[in-house]
Amino acid sequence: MIILAFLAQTLRIATPYLLAASGGVLSERSGIVALALEGWMLVGAFCAALGAYYSGSPWIGLLSGVAGGMMAAALHAWTTIRYRADQVVVGIAVNLLAVGITRFFLRLAFDSSSNSPRVPGFDWFAGTAAGGSSVGSSSGLFASLINPLVLCAIVALFGVGWLLDRTPFGLRVRAVGEKPEAATSVGVGVMRVRWAAVLFGGALTSLGGVYLALDQHQFTDGMTAGRGFIALAAVIFGNWKPRRVALACLLFAAAEALQIRLQVLHALPSQFVEMIPYLLTIVALAGLVGRAMPPSALGKVAE
Amino acid sequence: MKEKLLPTLIALTIAAVIGDILILSFGQSPGDVYRLLLEGTWGNAYGFGQVLYKATTLAFTGLAVALGMRAGLFNIGAEGQLAFGGFSAAIVGLWLPAGTPAVLAVPLCIAGAALGGALVGAVPASLKARFGASEVIVTIMLNFIVLAFLNWIVATKLHVAELLHTPDIHAGAVARLSSVIPGFHGSAANFIVLLAIAIALFVGWYLFRTREGYELRAVGLQPAAAEYGGVRVGRIWFRALVLSGALAGLGGTNYVLGYKQYYEEGFAAGAGYLGIAVALVGRNHPLGVLFAALLFATLSQGGLAVNAVVPKQMVEVLTAVVIIAVAASVPEVQRLLRVSRKPA
Repeated sequence: MIILAFLAQTLRIATPYLLAASGGVLSERSGIVALALEGWMLVGAFCAALGAYYSGSPWIGLLSGVAGGMMAAALHAWTTIRYRADQVVVGIAVNLLAVGITRFFLRLAFDSSSNSPRVPGFDWFAGTAAGGSSVGSSSGLFASLINPLVLCAIVALFGVGWLLDRTPFGLRVRAVGEKPEAATSVGVGVMRVRWAAVLFGGALTSLGGVYLALDQHQFTDGMTAGRGFIALAAVIFGNWKPRRVALACLLFAAAEALQIRLQVLHALPSQFVEMIPYLLTIVALAGLVGRAMPPSALGKVAE
Repeated sequence: MKEKLLPTLIALTIAAVIGDILILSFGQSPGDVYRLLLEGTWGNAYGFGQVLYKATTLAFTGLAVALGMRAGLFNIGAEGQLAFGGFSAAIVGLWLPAGTPAVLAVPLCIAGAALGGALVGAVPASLKARFGASEVIVTIMLNFIVLAFLNWIVATKLHVAELLHTPDIHAGAVARLSSVIPGFHGSAANFIVLLAIAIALFVGWYLFRTREGYELRAVGLQPAAAEYGGVRVGRIWFRALVLSGALAGLGGTNYVLGYKQYYEEGFAAGAGYLGIAVALVGRNHPLGVLFAALLFATLSQGGLAVNAVVPKQMVEVLTAVVIIAVAASVPEVQRLLRVSRKPA
């Protein structure tokens, strides 16, 4: 039972990582640096809360969350692809923009500087979960996993892997991410493919934010709390390969779940557990375990 | 000159239009809000003092990013380097016995800040020079590691009871500007602003008047050509990132020595990331950086000035809009100027 609860906890923590990382893989494999996963997610979370609050339906919340995340990704794509803006600068700025704009509209829509009112979520087993706030109990924990977004998260990276390896669109994404000139020479529209990859990636990533907002039944200021960067770390640590990225997400989530379990023992300060994804990623980048092989046109402007 | 200023002007125009929309969405008059913003920043001595204070930190992080950019490197780690620099300055100030003369204590604390920042910068520096690891990713990841470490050490070892900051330093405090110009009374502006100007001049001299600076810029423009010309690229990368870290670390003195006399978590949260904006708008030139630091400090302080009428978060949005618009219009302006220069 303890093992099962641990696995359930891991999956719960991993859900936003898996969703954001799948968007990150798509974007990066097309050659656009995914530094703004955090921002796409945050906008997704806010728009999900907004949509769910005004419609009373989590499904409308999901749709508006995805629409919001895609708008953030569209701004990203428009400036980096059409105007050839520096991808790293835009990535950082989109994150800042997401923080500012969600705070501004939090004041405008809900007259609060910290959180939205309670919004409906996917409480398919709300009876057993007793209002969704009791994830502390095992039955509540399992019930909270029966959620369309958790299911999405489980298949997301497999889906992206299939898309990249087995479909014509995926082949084009890989081509424009590795050798844009070669792709152009065989008639692939580099800019168009990158646009599609970033928009689709933005949609997937924003689902991670949608999950957070609907699962916690509200939007809180800065609720993504660095999860987008952990997802980015997973993309790099997983060497941009979807299945390995999924394993990296699960590994990072398991470390956190373990820390929560061991909290009572004070065995390891939580701050050191927080460092694990980042430390592993730096170690991987230094080539001490395996060799990081980013897409060769990552971050480069395509003419 | 046109090429240098045009993107910023375009960006400010776009930001003003978006600001109008945000202000109108809150049911206020844009003219009134902008007037309030200017009055609260450049319109009185206190507001201007606050702008100077904020610009000082931003000048250091902006210089840090700009120096890296000149070497073709993107230091996104200024956030962590700044925090660690401030922490190191506080450690030195705590370690010095009370009553240490200021002539000795202040330079030691300043050196501590630079050393702390350089230490953090040395991590991406050595990984870049030795393994070619992307400094962008390493510095981002390192920010989280450094901040988590500082959070842990302050929370468990060094904090004042009930508060999340270190005890007051014993020596090394720097006077506020209000001790000489009473009008600044109440503002956090202090003499570290002079250090920022001096360091900007030093960076300008280093980049444009020394052999090392020449090599650094050569590596930034064409690493392969520089290597062919006998420059050891790895060594330049290492030096640039360590120096960049030291510059960002120096920014910590503004708060720790000049304002509060202790290190506190999040004392300048976001100033490291804003350093990227400052360097971008300042076009990686030390003097440009000083002006850009004033611009972003004005926006930041202006947010507080208008907060009673519209949410101060408006300026966070506008700051991001300025960054994105500058980033997008720099290549576009270059392209258009190139087109217009070509004979038809």
